[in-house]
Parts: sequence; C-alpha cells; structure tokens
Amino acid sequence: MNDGRIYRVSGPVVIAIGLDNPSMYDVVKVGKLGLIGEIIKLDGDKAVIQVYEDTTGIRPGESVVNTHSQLSVNLGPGLLGSIYDGIQRPLDKIQEQSGDFIERGATAPPLDQSKLWHFVPKVRNGSEVSSGSIIGEVAETGLLSHKIMVPIGTEGKITGLEEGDYTVEQKIGEVIRGERKTEIKLSQRWNVRSHRPVLEKVAPHKPLITGQRVIDSLFPVAKGGTAAVPGPFGSGKTVIQQQLAKWSDADVIVYVGCGERGNEMADILMSFPELLDPKSGKPIMERTILIANTSNMPVAAREASIYTGITIAEYYRDMGYSVALMSDSTSRWAEALREISGRLEEMPGEEGYPAYLGRRIAEFYERAGMCTLLNGGTGSITVIGAVSPPGGDISEPVSQNTLRATRVFWALDSALANARHFPSINWLNSYSLYTDDLKEWYRKNVAEDWEAIYKRCMSILQKEAEIKDVVQLVGYDALPEEDKITLEIAQSIREDFLQQSAFDEVDTYTTIKKQGLMLRSIISLDNAYRSALSHGASAEELRKNPVKQKISRMKFVKEKEIESYCSEMEGEIASIGKKKT
Amino acid sequence: MGDIYYKTIKKITSVLLFVEGIKDAAYGEIVEIKLGDGNTVRGQVLDSREGLSIIQSFGDTRSMNLKETSVKLSGSAATLNVSTDMLGRVFDGLGRPRDNGPPIRSDEQLEINGSAINPYSREEPSEFIQTGISTIDCMNTLVRGQKLPIFSGAGLPHNKLAAQVARQAKLRSNDEGFAVVFGGMGINSEEANFFKREFESTGAIDKSVMFLNLSSEPSMERIILPRLVLTTAEYLAYNQGMHVLAILTDMTNYCEALREVSAAREEVPGRRGFPGYMYTDLSTIYERAGKIKGRKGSITQMPILTMPNDDITHPIPDLTGYITEGQIVLSRELYRKGIYPNVNVLPSLSRLMNQGIGKKSTREDHRNVADQLYAAYARGIDVGNLIEIVGEEALTESDKKYLKFSAEFERRFVSQDYYEDRDIEKTLELGWELFGGLDMEEMKRLKPEQIKRYGKWKDARRETD
Repeated sequence: MNDGRIYRVSGPVVIAIGLDNPSMYDVVKVGKLGLIGEIIKLDGDKAVIQVYEDTTGIRPGESVVNTHSQLSVNLGPGLLGSIYDGIQRPLDKIQEQSGDFIERGATAPPLDQSKLWHFVPKVRNGSEVSSGSIIGEVAETGLLSHKIMVPIGTEGKITGLEEGDYTVEQKIGEVIRGERKTEIKLSQRWNVRSHRPVLEKVAPHKPLITGQRVIDSLFPVAKGGTAAVPGPFGSGKTVIQQQLAKWSDADVIVYVGCGERGNEMADILMSFPELLDPKSGKPIMERTILIANTSNMPVAAREASIYTGITIAEYYRDMGYSVALMSDSTSRWAEALREISGRLEEMPGEEGYPAYLGRRIAEFYERAGMCTLLNGGTGSITVIGAVSPPGGDISEPVSQNTLRATRVFWALDSALANARHFPSINWLNSYSLYTDDLKEWYRKNVAEDWEAIYKRCMSILQKEAEIKDVVQLVGYDALPEEDKITLEIAQSIREDFLQQSAFDEVDTYTTIKKQGLMLRSIISLDNAYRSALSHGASAEELRKNPVKQKISRMKFVKEKEIESYCSEMEGEIASIGKKKT
Repeated sequence: MGDIYYKTIKKITSVLLFVEGIKDAAYGEIVEIKLGDGNTVRGQVLDSREGLSIIQSFGDTRSMNLKETSVKLSGSAATLNVSTDMLGRVFDGLGRPRDNGPPIRSDEQLEINGSAINPYSREEPSEFIQTGISTIDCMNTLVRGQKLPIFSGAGLPHNKLAAQVARQAKLRSNDEGFAVVFGGMGINSEEANFFKREFESTGAIDKSVMFLNLSSEPSMERIILPRLVLTTAEYLAYNQGMHVLAILTDMTNYCEALREVSAAREEVPGRRGFPGYMYTDLSTIYERAGKIKGRKGSITQMPILTMPNDDITHPIPDLTGYITEGQIVLSRELYRKGIYPNVNVLPSLSRLMNQGIGKKSTREDHRNVADQLYAAYARGIDVGNLIEIVGEEALTESDKKYLKFSAEFERRFVSQDYYEDRDIEKTLELGWELFGGLDMEEMKRLKPEQIKRYGKWKDARRETD
C-alpha cells in the first residue's frame, strides 16, 4: 500500500497527494506525529484534509496514511461519567499519557479496554433478532442499565449468549443468518456524520422538567424537542445550560462544551460528581457524558464535537432512554466551519459563513426527536443549543438559521443580566411552540386550571410593558389604580417567580408542583387586589400589605413545607379581597 | 537546515514574502530574512507547500527586494529562552533585551505557542484575590487563575487601575503578592514609562518581567509578544511555583496587527475586516490563564483593551468577552463626573465570583450584598433616565430614594483613592450603610438573618425577630 505525502500545510488544512484510493470523509493520519485528520475534498490526485490537531512544525513531504475508515465513535458501557475531546479521545487517559498539556498525536481508546462488565442476557439463544434489538444488559452506573443492542444492519438468530463478565471488545455471542456470522460485542462503532436510524418520529407530548421556573412554567421544551438559547456574553447562557444539565429529568445528559472556556469544564468536573440527582440520590455525573473541546483546542475537532455528542446521544436513545444534549455554543461550531471553509477558499455566503451553514444547522437539530425505535421501544433526544451572536445581535446567520430549525426560543437579555435578573430570559421575546402539545400534560400533572393561570400570568407581563411605556410619558402617579396593581403584580411575577438563583440551595431547583403553587398564589393575590379595589381600597394601601413579604419568600421555602405555606397564605390573600376599607 | 539561503523571493507585500523553491518549510517555522545590507529580520512561515512558502515578516519589509534579500529556515518554531533571571528585566516584542542587559542564557527553551491545558487537568480557580478596590472585590470578584479583562476607552484611566490592582492584589490568607509579567503592545513610551515607574517605586520590579513593543515599532511583533508574555508566565507559574499576574495592554493593538496580516494574505474578512479566526486566535492567548491540579503556581490574566468608540459590541471586546471569565467595564460618564476608578458595575461581571466568595473566604452575606447593590443601582439608573422624560416631580417616594442611592453609591462606593486599599469587610460595611437609605422591605436579595446581623436600619433587629 502506498502512503501519500503532504503537499501543502496551511493551518488546520493540509493537502496531500498520492493517497491510496482516498474517499470523502476517510480518516487519515498526517505527518510523523500521526495527527488525525479527515478528507473533506478531492481534487485530481490532491486530497484536502482537515486536521484535528495543531499543525505547527508539519512539513510538506511528510507521509499521510489513509485508514480507510470514517470518523466514528466507540459506543458501549463506560461512556457515562467520561470526559472526551471533540473526536472522543478520553481526556483523563490522555492526561495520564502526556501530562497536563495536551500533546499532539496522543491517542487512547475511548472505552476502558480492561474493565470487566457483568453481562446479563435478556433474550434466549436461538431467538430472532434484528437491528437495535436489545439482547441483554450491563449495569453501567448505579443510575442506569446499559442495554446491549444488535448493531444496525445485523439480523438473524442469536447464539452463544451467556451471563458473565466481559470486556468491551470480547465476543459475547453471534448472530447467524445463513452462512453469515456476525460477532456481537458489548461495544460497537458508528460513523458520527450519519444519524442512527429509527422507525419513526412521533409528536412530543411530555415536557423536559428542568426545575427552572421560567422554563418549565412559561417556555417549556418537550422531551424530544429543540431549543435555542441565543444571548450576548455575560447573559448567563452557560449557567442556564449547566442548570439544565444538572436538574433536568432526562435519563442521560450529553454536555458538549464546544469552543468554550477550560475553567467551565473544570467547574463541571468538580461540581457534578458532588451533586445528587433529586430522584435517585446518586451523583449526577453517573448519567453525564462530557465532550470538552475548549476554544484553544484545535478548530477542526471543535467542528466534529457536536456530531460526536449527538451520536452518543442517539445510542442511548436507542436503548429507550430520554437523552438531553446541551451544546455550548453552536456559534463556535459554526465559526469552525467558517474557518475551514475560508482555508478551502470556498465562496462565502453571509458574513463569511459557508453557503451550506443553514443546511448543516438544520441537519443537526433534526437528529433530535421523540422516536419509535427499531426495537419497538420509545426514546427521545432533546437538543438545547446555545448561540453566541456577535454583539448580541440575533439578526446574524447562526442565530437566524438556528431559530428556523428549533421550536423553543429563550431570548437572553443583557439588560436583565445587568440588573442581575437571572435567568435573564426575556418573557416578552421568548416563545415555546410546544405549549399546545403539552397542555394536556400540565392539566393532568400540575393543575386543572393551569392554562388559565398561565394565560393570566403572560397577559399581566404583556400589559406591564405597555403601562411602562405610558409611565414614561405621564409618570406613575397619573396611572389609573387598576394599572398600578398590574405593575405591582408584574413586579411580583418577575422578582418572586421568574428570578431564580442558581446558587441558592433551595432556589436552584423547583419542582413543577411547587411552581404551580407559587404562580397560583401570585395570581390569587392579583384577583384579591382587584376585588379590594372594587371595594374602594387604593393601590397605595394594598402595596403595603404584609402578605407581599410572604410571597417573596416562597422561593426559599423547602419543597415539603410549601403546600402548608401556600394554603396558609391563601387564607390571608382571600381576606384582602373581602376587606372593605 | 544548514545554511541554505533561498534567494528565490518572488513577491513582497507590506508584511509577506512569497519564496519559491523551498520544498519542506514547516508550518509555523521561524525564518531569518537577510537584507542586501546584511541586516536581518525574523519571520514565520504562514503557508507551506512544495515549492512555495509564504512568510510573514516580523519587521518592516522596507528596503527588502527581490534580488538581494534572502531567506534562511531556522528548523524550529518560535521559542523563548526562559529563566528566573528574566525577573527585573525588560524585553522587546521578539524577546531581545531592551534594557542594555545581557541576553537570557538558559538550557530551557519553550515553544511560545504553548499547548492547550487538558481540561481534565485544570483546577477550578477559587481563591479570592483582594484587590482593595470595592467595585472589583465586592461586585466582580477576581480569583486566582481567572482571566478578567478591563474594557476601556481611549483616554480613560485603565492603566492606573491595572497598576493599582498589580500593587494591591493579594490573598487574604497570606501576604504573598504576585509576580507580574507585563506585555505592552503598540503602547506609547509614556504609557511604558508609567508602568516602569510604578513597578520601580513599589519595588515590584524585582518580581516582574516586562515585554514592550512601542507604537513606533513593527506591528507584527505585537502578534508574537503576548505569546512571549504567557510562555514566561507559564514557566514562572508551573516550573517555578510562582503566582503570576499577566497584564496585557492594549489588546486592541494586537487585534489590529492580526487584521493587518489577514488583509495582506487576502483572506475572506469577518466582521469589520477582522479575520474569521480571531476568536480562536484570541482564545490561544486568554485560555493560557488558569491553575493546574497538583502544581503550585497559577496565572491570572488582566488584559486591557480600548473599545473603539466605546462600543462594547465591536468585535474586539465582543470576542474577548465570550472567552474571558467576565469583564470590568470603565465608563466615560463616570470619568466625566470625576469618579476614579470609573468602573461601570452594571455591564461588568466576574463569572468565577461565586467560587471565591462566601463564608469560607470572605463573608456569608457577600453574594447577597453584591446582588442587592446591583439591583438597587440598576433601579436608580432607570429612575435617573425617567427624570429626563417626566421630571422629578412625577417620581414616587421610593423612586427618589433609589435616585439618591445611586448617587451615593457612585460617590462613596465606586469612588476611591488611587492609594486606598479597602479590605473586603470595609467594602461590605459600606454596602450596608448605603442600603440604610432604602426601605428595608424592598431588600429582596438580602436574607432576613443577614439584615438582622448587619442591617443599619433602626428597626432591623426588632422587625425580623
């Protein structure tokens, strides 16, 4: 077999000639250091390669070897709790090998090759299996049972399964169809650039409960849905993403740190093992997979990182789990795309981004969804993508293309962030297109009259914005009493309900039940105020009512005390309405 | 690589040389460019293919020509000799002494581009640095290993602020200060002298290393300079166990040099003509701040940039803000009011603040005081804007209190003397004093037990009992 050689080096783009039968997207090893790269263009005998590592010091004339395989990930037990770079190199193993700074050309298998997993078969030998059939399981962590599935494209009779301890590369059985025998192992591989097939996508009908009030109550995302979080720097995108990773009720979390800060990944690595899942009491790290390709790590690997992440997410979805993938930030991914496109001297589209930006973004989000699986089960992937628009201006191409592909929009607002209103999700600009799909769920699980409460809350906030415009012209004192009450209640919704501290022990997570009670109390107060007004009270007097203090403390009341706290308060609120002054 | 001089230069632009006939120049390799008169200039390979290398010259290409100028490959990427002898010295943008001292001799040579710290090896920065400046310590806390830039504007006192931070910064547990590695890119000689004088007068000079590239010197050196600063910082931090504060000024000049090279290479420009890879490029500078598990030293970065036209959405502050862990924003309006340091706290932010504050390191009410100050000041500013439209008569009683609060806040809390070193307790006390002018019931960010303990209201203790 002939090796090729390097013809040209320009940053992350290398051109090789004389490669052995190159195909698009083949993975190649470049230069003496064996840097990993991928063929992204063929032109005569020249192959254009994007290299996933720094190319400083690489010279024309060095060899290039074609591996004849595509960029793929290794899927199997041991993924949970791991931290990988953009091309699934395990960063902890790489540290053992090459120290605190990442050396080029370092490689290590993504899954522990020596660890033994206890495999328990779930089907009888001799039964018919096909793509995605679950044939057994392994207790991967205390939180999750890892289903071992027949690789896609394999079908026939399963034989040789036996309970016992195996490594990820050992044979656990065989699938036989006629003359063809396929070895089955605990692990399998999948090409990151193509999606894992499902039977069909179905309409999402359950919300992803995140414990964040502004999200769950006002702008929910469905399990299997997609959400975009665009915001200028300092508006709290990362805190929101991390809160979702910590508290959302998905079975598996894939967190992709794409071109972001190294210290943030250190923060996650420090805090996640200590945080306990509210349901099971186990460390949430046991359900989390981290992909960390920080901003100073090679650009091409950043481009690959979100595909690595979503492929792992699809694998767990295929086991029948609900998976949530957070990607922070897709703008950095798009910039990587732009940088490589620029080096290829492609004709640029808007703002220098390649013309295929929109298609690539849509393709990525299309890998989300609530699905009926090949094995008949149901699984879902929720994708939440942060977007970092330059200057906070969302008219730019990455934000716009993302908004077209996603159904929930959490608009982060720097004015709110500056006033330390967090999460700084603007309630007027944000939307969720799942509200209707999820109506039924909220009616059953939160409150019969949820829809009315929700609508009342939104209309008060809307009205507040209008009144504020008027105040700008005529001053507060000139307002009718009704409007003063609206301002009062809107302020309470904003400060006592929407604002939520990620750093307070109790406030950081609110169950959907408590959210319902909190919002109901505020709306009851609104009703009571209005009835008091009709009995002749003034807004000024009502404002001084001590029950307001209690409303503002609700968020700090512990989960188990909230019910009695609210029902007690409900009495006080009702008496305001009746009072004649 | 021997002593082969390539005389096959085909094309020269203001910063680039196109050299034919070189077969195997390494990407990023350093070259020596020899002029007809024997002078030499250093350069670096930007694009290498069989038979053609594109070289970026670090010096002026003035008087280079196609006939006599020749190019020699050095065989390696840019490196820096590092040693503790560098402390107390001043170097230029290519690492040559500019203080008439001898060159640094050392067995240790480090590649100036460095390698990315494995995220798994990073230790989360969490040690509170007391800078003695209230707006930073209380509201935008700096921690060891953080990168916190100052966003300033032309003519604002950012240098003074940086010098004050360098002078006063310390941990509370011990008095151990910082070694300062200073990088001045395209600054004028007055600014350079200001820092030199500052470091000399406080004795900090013995624990500092300076790299200076003046505005009259080649702009290409500005691209190398921050990498020299950080390579030195890494050596002092990780090999010598020192705690380093790296000050880089002015990043705006750095980015403009980057744009100049990009334009010369005829690359597709991104926003405002800056190259599309500027984010990645800046991150290779800023991400070199941090702490590493199991190693003693740390690198805290304080880059300074001047926002063109005070515009925070300009690509330079914008991309910086997306990489750094917050920003300290200076305000022209406060400066006009005569307030120093003119920190506008509202757009300022420290992302690592929470890790460094609280019961264990500062005080349990720190977070709440900071939040309450933010919320109250933001409200006061809103009211101030409202007056312009409706006049002061239309304000409610409570609005008036907020208006007064924000004025007091600027005058007493933000403003302090260049030599005033306020400890964190004093700063927090000041915060509580200011809250005294507002209604206690509206202090939603403060916890009842904190109000009881620290509140300055007459009835604070009674009401919450």
